[in-house]
Amino acid sequence: MKRRIVTVLIILIGFLFQCTVFKTLSIGSISPNLMVIITSSFGFMKGKKEGLWVGFFCGLLEDIFYGRLLGMHAVIYMYIGYANGYFNHIFYGEDIKLPIFLISASELAYGLGHYVIMFMMRSRFAFFYYLTRIILPELLYTIVVTLLFYRLIYGVNRRLDKEA
Amino acid sequence: MRRKERFTIPGKYILFVLTLLCVGTMSLSFLTDFDGGVLNVVSGYVLIPIQRGINSAGGWMRSRVENLEDLTAVKGENERLREQIAELTLENNAMLQERYELEELRELYDLDNEYSSLDKIAANVIGKDTGNWFNMFVIDKGSNDGIRVDMNVIAGGGLVGIVTKTGPDWAQVRSIIDDMSNVSAMILKNSDLCYVRGDLQMMTEGTMQMNGLRDPNDEVEQGDKVVTSYVSAKFHKGILIGYVNEISTDANNLTKSGSLTPAVDFEHLSTVLVITDLKQQVDVDADVEEYTSEASAKEDDGETENASDETEGGNETESSDSAEPEGEAAE
Repeated sequence: MKRRIVTVLIILIGFLFQCTVFKTLSIGSISPNLMVIITSSFGFMKGKKEGLWVGFFCGLLEDIFYGRLLGMHAVIYMYIGYANGYFNHIFYGEDIKLPIFLISASELAYGLGHYVIMFMMRSRFAFFYYLTRIILPELLYTIVVTLLFYRLIYGVNRRLDKEA
Repeated sequence: MRRKERFTIPGKYILFVLTLLCVGTMSLSFLTDFDGGVLNVVSGYVLIPIQRGINSAGGWMRSRVENLEDLTAVKGENERLREQIAELTLENNAMLQERYELEELRELYDLDNEYSSLDKIAANVIGKDTGNWFNMFVIDKGSNDGIRVDMNVIAGGGLVGIVTKTGPDWAQVRSIIDDMSNVSAMILKNSDLCYVRGDLQMMTEGTMQMNGLRDPNDEVEQGDKVVTSYVSAKFHKGILIGYVNEISTDANNLTKSGSLTPAVDFEHLSTVLVITDLKQQVDVDADVEEYTSEASAKEDDGETENASDETEGGNETESSDSAEPEGEAAE
């Protein structure tokens, strides 16, 4: 129960920071994607099912406030969380290489998925432009933020594990 | 909390069910005007107060920091300003003369009274789009304050966007530089119609696309004002959108397109005005009809009949093609 409350809090705080503080910290109108960090890390820390639910709610929040199609982000994040769950059994906490790799891969998947669904479908084919202007800078920024925030999420998670 | 081993559903089934659910809501919101209903209300009550708090705290901190920076800047600025005053007094005199000219022009276009007779309420921007792909934001006024979907949003005298979704005390606004935005516009000085759309690619240069401009006499040039047109179903007529940046003739040799610079600074948007008068709602088909009849009426004073036929065809595809995102977002 406590774990659930904390998880919900992390999602809410992440979302609030994402659309307020991190927007003012944006560089070249690019801001990092906290929701991918949260979804992905819950996925590989706690397994497929938890990643799936966390992704679903992260996406749903985005859809309600900033979406056009209700459920679109929810689906993308849900699959990201689920896919990260496959790496749960090779995850050993202290080592930061795997989390960085997985979060980057998730972020890249998110960017590509978003491009395909929202831009390619509307015949905007300048893929290379979007890749270099949006997807890669966002990826880079997200990695930097991961380096700062991953310890925090991991710490909270370990604490909850100990108590349980 | 220790319990006996419960019966649990495997992850892949949950994944499958939730995917179906999402696809369902996606098609529902795409095909109908379903926008989340009760979800908007519940999540709004939880998040909006905190969001407001974070923003005012952030604003307070920023103003403190700015205060310090200002103090050092102020001294140097003071001297420069004194020099400027002298210059400006001279300039002011020239401006006064231009003002009379402006007033005359305004009467000519009859914009003035229409603009100020509209009811507006102020709102604060309390959150911006979480991703980097689009340009939506959330304001702190909602249906309880009388905000409805399709209301126009302005700031600093220029058009900012349109309300696309409302909650009890929040509303989602799509700005005109958003990649899916599409506004029917006209050139102020000769009332030529065109379309203004946002483009993510051009957003970085701070410009927007301008398409489908006829301009048969080559009158439009750089710096001309572009305002919302009289044929738009959702935007009030005559709100300033921006200034023509560059313009070139299309490959079809009939229409022109180019870019324009928006009048509003979208990077530093913190307060906006929402026009609470809705433009009388016409259904989209009627609007397209009205547009094409307007277009053909305009083309009658064009040169040859042959050319006007072709343009009409071209314009029609343009309008049906571009009316889609507008309708989709609103319907």
